[in-house]
Amino acid sequence: MKRSWSFMKKRSWLTITRPLGLFMARRSWLLILLFQTNLLLANAEVVEFSDESLRPRYQQLVEELRCPKCQNQNLADSNSPISNDLREQVQRLLEEDLSDQEIKDYLVARYSEFILYRPEVNQATWLLWGSPMVFLLIGLLIVYRLYFKPKDSVAESQINQQDQQRLDSLLANKEER
Amino acid sequence: MNRLALFLPLALFAGLSLVLLLGLDKDPTELPSALVGEPFPEFSLPALQDAESLVSTEDFKGEVVLVNVWATWCFACRIEHPSLNALAEQGVKIVGLNYKDKRKAAKLWLLERGNPYVFNIFDDDGSLGIDLGVYGAPETYLVDAQGLIRHRRVGVVDKRVWHAEFAALYLELTGTAPALGGAQ
Repeated sequence: MKRSWSFMKKRSWLTITRPLGLFMARRSWLLILLFQTNLLLANAEVVEFSDESLRPRYQQLVEELRCPKCQNQNLADSNSPISNDLREQVQRLLEEDLSDQEIKDYLVARYSEFILYRPEVNQATWLLWGSPMVFLLIGLLIVYRLYFKPKDSVAESQINQQDQQRLDSLLANKEER
Repeated sequence: MNRLALFLPLALFAGLSLVLLLGLDKDPTELPSALVGEPFPEFSLPALQDAESLVSTEDFKGEVVLVNVWATWCFACRIEHPSLNALAEQGVKIVGLNYKDKRKAAKLWLLERGNPYVFNIFDDDGSLGIDLGVYGAPETYLVDAQGLIRHRRVGVVDKRVWHAEFAALYLELTGTAPALGGAQ
């Protein structure tokens, strides 16, 4: 009795786990594929430099430069062919020993200031750069007015005097009735 | 005075609405052009038809030309091509910049659709494209006899665009007025 019970138990364990195992085996391909694409994407970003000190500058530049075709992506994030070309160009220019500013100027001369995610302060952009400061000042002013300005005590007491007189006369009238 | 201050949020809202309304008319995909008024960038690249011969700015020096950036992978170029053919028939000199394309496919394209180009620059790796600030084909540049870029159009040149953007300037530069018909 005891033996047959354990046999039953073993069998039921198998009947449950075998299909489950097959299920897992099939799905694991998807899992592998998922990781595979991550590897592929990671490989696409490998850039070779003659001098490793160029790499952080490259990274900084491709993150601050904007893809001209895709409106709202930087060169680092964009997979468009033009971004690819421009990343290669940035790499080439770094190898040619240009400074960051010279590389930005090079691209601005060709693609206009649109390509800079951090535009220079000039006639066209001072409002853009200045407005956060202006809004901060307005905000601080409002906070000051709301919380720190002393209450206008004179005006308040004047109103209170007037109200007090009216109240007194009203009360007097009532008592007369 | 205090009452007027109550209208301040409304005034701010109206102002903001006006700014946003004006913004609606603008095309965000159109970049300001950095090269208008600048000389056409120097280059030396192989010709499309003959890989052995090099072409450069010397080949259209002293002439008013359109430089048209195209490729066989560019769908809008298909739509644009009849317009270019029509302009070429009327004597407009068009230099083709075959941008990041396959030589064989590009040659076939010209056989099938007609060749409106005086000659074609074969820009395999897009280096002249970068110097011009090309970000989408087709693009068309009007270059004057001094070699300065006078106008740039990103996108298809059709009847409407030709008459709105190119015709007057082309007339001023050459004294001729080629026209595009209704079909293009």
